Amino acid sequence: MILESLPGYFNYAASFGVLVLVQAVACLGLNLQWGQTGVFNVGIAGIVALGAYTSAILTTAAFPGHWGGFGWPVMLGLLGGMGVAAAVSAFIGVLTLRLRADYLAITTFGVAVMVDLLVRNVEPLTGGALGIGFIPRPFAGHGLASGPFVQITFVWVALVVLTVYLVLERLSASPWGRVLRAVREDERAAAALGKSPVRYRLQAFAIGGALMGLAGALQAHTLGFIAPENFTSAFTFQVWAMLIVGGSGNNRGALLGSLLIGLLWSGTGLLAAELLPADLQARGAALRIVVIGVLLAGAILLRPRGLLGEEVTVSRHLEEP
Amino acid sequence: MSAQMLMDGLVDGSLIALGAAGVTLTYGTLRFGNFAHGELVSAGAYLTLFIAAALGAAAPVLLNTPDGVTATPALWLSMVLGGLMTGLIALLLDRLVYRPLRARGAAMAVSMASFGVSMALRALIEVGFSARPRYYSDDLSIAWDLGFARVAPDRLLVLIMALVIFVALDIFLQRSRTGREMRAVGENPTLAHVVGIDVGQVLQTTWILGGALAGVAGVGMGLLAQIRPSMGAEMLLPMFAAAIVGGLGSLRGALIGGCLMGCGEAFAVAYVGAEWRAGVSFALLVVVLLLRPTGLFGRRA
Repeated sequence: MILESLPGYFNYAASFGVLVLVQAVACLGLNLQWGQTGVFNVGIAGIVALGAYTSAILTTAAFPGHWGGFGWPVMLGLLGGMGVAAAVSAFIGVLTLRLRADYLAITTFGVAVMVDLLVRNVEPLTGGALGIGFIPRPFAGHGLASGPFVQITFVWVALVVLTVYLVLERLSASPWGRVLRAVREDERAAAALGKSPVRYRLQAFAIGGALMGLAGALQAHTLGFIAPENFTSAFTFQVWAMLIVGGSGNNRGALLGSLLIGLLWSGTGLLAAELLPADLQARGAALRIVVIGVLLAGAILLRPRGLLGEEVTVSRHLEEP
Repeated sequence: MSAQMLMDGLVDGSLIALGAAGVTLTYGTLRFGNFAHGELVSAGAYLTLFIAAALGAAAPVLLNTPDGVTATPALWLSMVLGGLMTGLIALLLDRLVYRPLRARGAAMAVSMASFGVSMALRALIEVGFSARPRYYSDDLSIAWDLGFARVAPDRLLVLIMALVIFVALDIFLQRSRTGREMRAVGENPTLAHVVGIDVGQVLQTTWILGGALAGVAGVGMGLLAQIRPSMGAEMLLPMFAAAIVGGLGSLRGALIGGCLMGCGEAFAVAYVGAEWRAGVSFALLVVVLLLRPTGLFGRRA
C-alpha cells in the first residue's frame, strides 16, 4: 500500500518544491534589496506580476480578440519579464531613492495597487480577472506523463535557482556587495569614501526587481496559467516572512525561509481544508495569514537575525596574522 | 469639472483627509509610515457598528432621525466611543510591537512590522466578522437638491463633521500645550526631551489621536458605502498619497491633499471609468514626487 502510493507522494513533493523554488527566487531578490542594501519594498507582488504577465504575453500563442501573443521562446520571455520588472523598479528608485526611506515604501505599495488595477482592467492584454492560460511550459506536450513532467520541471527550476544563488553569492562577496552593506550600515561613511549611496541603492533595487520578475515568469511557465489572485499582498507578505524568518542578509537564509514558510503555508492550508466545514473555509484561509503575521512580528521582535542570520564578513587580510 | 463632481469629490475627499490626518500626525511625530493605518479605519467602522447596535437596543429613542437621514444619534455617539477605542488599539499596537522596535533603533523594521500587523489585523477582522459587507442602516439616504448639485443628507453631514474635526484639530495643535509639544517632538525628539517635554506622553497622545481619526474616517466610509474587512486597506494608498501630496507632517496639507484625491477620483469616475478610480492616487503621488517631493505644505523631504 505505502510503496504503491510512494510515487504519488514523490510527485506531490516535487510540485510543492516547484512552488517553493519560485518563491525562493523572489525572496533572493528581496534579500538583495532589503537584506544586503536596506532598501524597503512592499510592492513585491506587483513586480512579480509584471514579470509573470510580460513573459506570458511574449510567449503565448496569438489568440483572437487579444493583443500580444507573440509566441516567443520561453527563454526570451524570462528575459523580457526580468527586463520589464527591472525597468519599473529602476523608475520607482529614481523617483524616491533620493528621498526619505518612507517615500519608497509608500510608492512600492502604490505600484502593487497600480499593477493589480492594470492587470484586472486591461482585459485584451491580460485577460482581466480570468488571467492568461495556455502559457507554454518547457518539456510539456512531448508525450510526457504528469509524473516525469513534474520531476523534470522541478529539476530545471532548481537549476535556475542554483544559478541565481551562485551569482548572488559571488556578487555579495565582491567589492560591489561590500559597498551595498556599507551603504546599509552607514550611508555617510560610504558617501565619504566616494560611493554614491543613491546609485548603489538604485542598482540593488533594479537587480532585485529583475529577480522578482524572474520569479513571476517562472511561475507563469511552471503553472501554465496566471491570474490577478496569484499576486495579492498576501504574496508580498509571504516573501517577507520567508526572508525575516530565514535570516535577512543571508542567501541561504532566504532559501531556508522559503522552504519553512512554504511548508507552513501549505500545511495550514491542508489542515484548514481537512478540519473546517465548508462554510468556514474562507475564514480558515484568513486565519493562516494571522498565524504567519504573528510569527513574523514575533520573529522581528525576538529573533531579528532570523534562523540563519547574516554572516559577519571581515576582511581576509585581518585573519592572516 | 461640474459642481456635482466637486460636491461628490469633496465629501469622499474629506474622509480621505481624515485618514490622511492620522497618517500625517503619526508620521510628523514618529517619522514612520504606518501600513496598519488602513486596518485602524476598518476597526473603527466595525467597533462603531456593534456599539451602535447595543446603544440602539438599549435606548430606542436614539434611533430617531429626521427625514432622509440614516445616521442616527446612536451612531454619532457610538462613533465617539468607537474612535476612542480605535485610538486605544493603536496605542496597544505601539506598546506591543512598534515601541520595542523603536527602542532598538531599527527604523525601517518598524514599517516592515506595521505591514505584518496590517495583514494580520485584516485577516483577524475577517475571521471574526466574515467578509460579508455590513451596513449601519438598511435605509437609503435620499438626495436633496441644493440647486447647484444633488447631495444625500448623510453625505452632507459627513462633510460637515470632517470639517469641524479639522478646525478643532488645527486649533488644538496650534494653541494647546499638548499640540505644541507634539510639534516640538516632531521637530526634534532629543531637544524636546531636553527642554522637559515628556516624549512618551506625547507619543501616547499622538497614537490615540491618530487612531481615533482613522476610526472616525472608517465610520464615515461605512456610512456612505459599506463596512468590509478590506475597506481600510483599499483606502491606504489614497490616505498615504493625500498625506504626501499635502506634505507629510502638515495637517492643512492633509485636508487639501484629501480633497484633491476625492475630486480627482470623482473626475476619473466621470471621464475615464469607475474601475480606474484607484489609479488617481498613484498618478497624483508620482506627479508630486517628480515635481515637489516635499508636497504642497511640507518643509523637507
